[in-house]
Amino acid sequence: MDWLNALIQGTLLGGLYALFAAGLSLIFGVMRLVNIAHGDLIVLAAYLGLVVTSAIGVHPILAMALVVPAMTLIGYALQRGLLNQTLGDDLLPPLLVTFGLSVILQNGLLEGFSADPQKLSAPGLETASVALGSISLGVLPLLTFGIAVAVIWGLQWTFYKTSLGRAFRAVSDNQDIAQLMGLNKRHIFGLAMALALAVTAVAGILLGLRTSFDPSSGGGRLIFGFEAVIIGGLGNLWGTLAGGVILGVAQTIGAKIDPGWQVLSGHIAFLVILAIRPQGLFPRMSG
Amino acid sequence: MNLSDYSVTRTSQSARVAAVLGAIGLIVLIAAPWWAGRADMRLMSELFLYLALASLWNLMAGYAGLVSVGQQAYVGFGGYMLFALTIFGGLHPIAAIVVAGLLGALIAIPAAVLIFRLRGAYFAIGTWVVAEVFRLSFAQVSALGGGSGSSLPVGIVKSLASGRSARESLSYWLALGSAVLVIASVYFFLRSRRGLALTAIRDNELAAGSLGIDIWRTKFAVYVVTAALTSLAGALIFLQKLRISPDAAFSVNDWTAFVIFIVVIGGIGTIEGPIIGTLIFFLLRETLADLGTIYLMVLGVVAIVVMLKAPKGVWGLIRARFDLQLFPLGYRVVRPTSKKDT
Repeated sequence: MDWLNALIQGTLLGGLYALFAAGLSLIFGVMRLVNIAHGDLIVLAAYLGLVVTSAIGVHPILAMALVVPAMTLIGYALQRGLLNQTLGDDLLPPLLVTFGLSVILQNGLLEGFSADPQKLSAPGLETASVALGSISLGVLPLLTFGIAVAVIWGLQWTFYKTSLGRAFRAVSDNQDIAQLMGLNKRHIFGLAMALALAVTAVAGILLGLRTSFDPSSGGGRLIFGFEAVIIGGLGNLWGTLAGGVILGVAQTIGAKIDPGWQVLSGHIAFLVILAIRPQGLFPRMSG
Repeated sequence: MNLSDYSVTRTSQSARVAAVLGAIGLIVLIAAPWWAGRADMRLMSELFLYLALASLWNLMAGYAGLVSVGQQAYVGFGGYMLFALTIFGGLHPIAAIVVAGLLGALIAIPAAVLIFRLRGAYFAIGTWVVAEVFRLSFAQVSALGGGSGSSLPVGIVKSLASGRSARESLSYWLALGSAVLVIASVYFFLRSRRGLALTAIRDNELAAGSLGIDIWRTKFAVYVVTAALTSLAGALIFLQKLRISPDAAFSVNDWTAFVIFIVVIGGIGTIEGPIIGTLIFFLLRETLADLGTIYLMVLGVVAIVVMLKAPKGVWGLIRARFDLQLFPLGYRVVRPTSKKDT
């Protein structure tokens, strides 16, 4: 029963990892950009949530109503003001610029909020659980997983059923021809980053509710998101959810064996999948 | 005048002057224990070790196109190997440093086979995963202090050389030696046949591949050699620090972020770049370090601005203006100097 419990908890945890990964996957899909600062942006969203909840005293879930638009604006501004200039054939500028951004964000947060771990508190929600037979499921993990499924469904719908999604797919396939057809790729990239950071905002708030965070936690979140993307296969959002679940399950099972092995066993699962199926489990495009 | 009057040469006046000045500078640096204070020598040792790390990262990113954000894996690995080999293996510290380098190459082989499956930017994050695996694994080794780390026993430190000043001189020379070793290896490697292949891959991977260069194997060799020398530098770094812990040994900020900033600011893809970058980095650090986190933010901003506005770094700006090359790698055509023809 313990193992079944670990399996279920891991699956629910995977929802959070899929949310970390969805933004990463989206911007890679649209503009082949890998954002090293992605994890730090998740942590930034968590801190924004902290500011909103402590300033106006609302529930963290409701704080999303402010944090999501804020991160959306940051995303658009960041893409148009900085990241668009790095895109091109050369791999180095986007990597190094987002790496520099990561260091700036980390130290900015350190300057503003100190290195003390923080947590978003939501009395009631954090401890609430429902019993399912002999297993008790936390309401927060269930909610997180539900949100993850909804977000991925929403992204999928945006991508394949809306005119914005058509624009995303067009610039992804061929930037120059999309441009000739009257799409402004700089604007489209801005919208893609805005959407990605909106997802990041949701992920950041849910992260802050689940565990404590500090300015240096960004790197770890980036790695989890990245592992979920690669395990799931590039360009497939549902695959990314599956990747997140596999990572989450590997971690909870590792933690069951020895608490020190939690994160390590997630990395090992990732490396094993990389060794036996380098293109990921459900790839839709090649890297 | 006819074509045969032209000659092709590798060297230039500036390179010859640089070689002479470099040799004099090196002699002055070797003599540092007789003219520099204890604190200066420590600072210079640190500078040389950063120079070694930066030159190695530059070889990977600037020439082989392998952008790694996980070189701390080998810095930490080298440091831990120094501790393990001296404490449990009973090796002399200098022997342990050499063996640490060899073990670094050995462990880099399976790591490379795995992460070479990832392309471009995903490769970069893959290297970070490897570094995290190393960090978490060493944190599990209770014999080496687990998560809290351990110190190098006094007996081992004393076995390095008798007397405190002799030890300090020796560890200074080791640091200087490692920087010279790394720069010389990079220089002679790039001038060799394989180095030419590497430069060709950097300039155009597709064309290089179609000319019969084995791209995978060339990059693989660069990764493994870099790992070996990075482990060696890591062992030296922790020989200076005398204390190791997983978080310090596998720190992204200390061993990768700073190194990337050094190379980007100095000029990526040149041998001179990391040298200039290291000097600028230490100059900034010694003047701005009191600012703490602000200093790191400034460094991040400077790196971003350099990457966007002057992607070839400070050395690129100098070279565009003065046509200098201190480490001659390319060939140049020299016009005949006779006065008859116009």
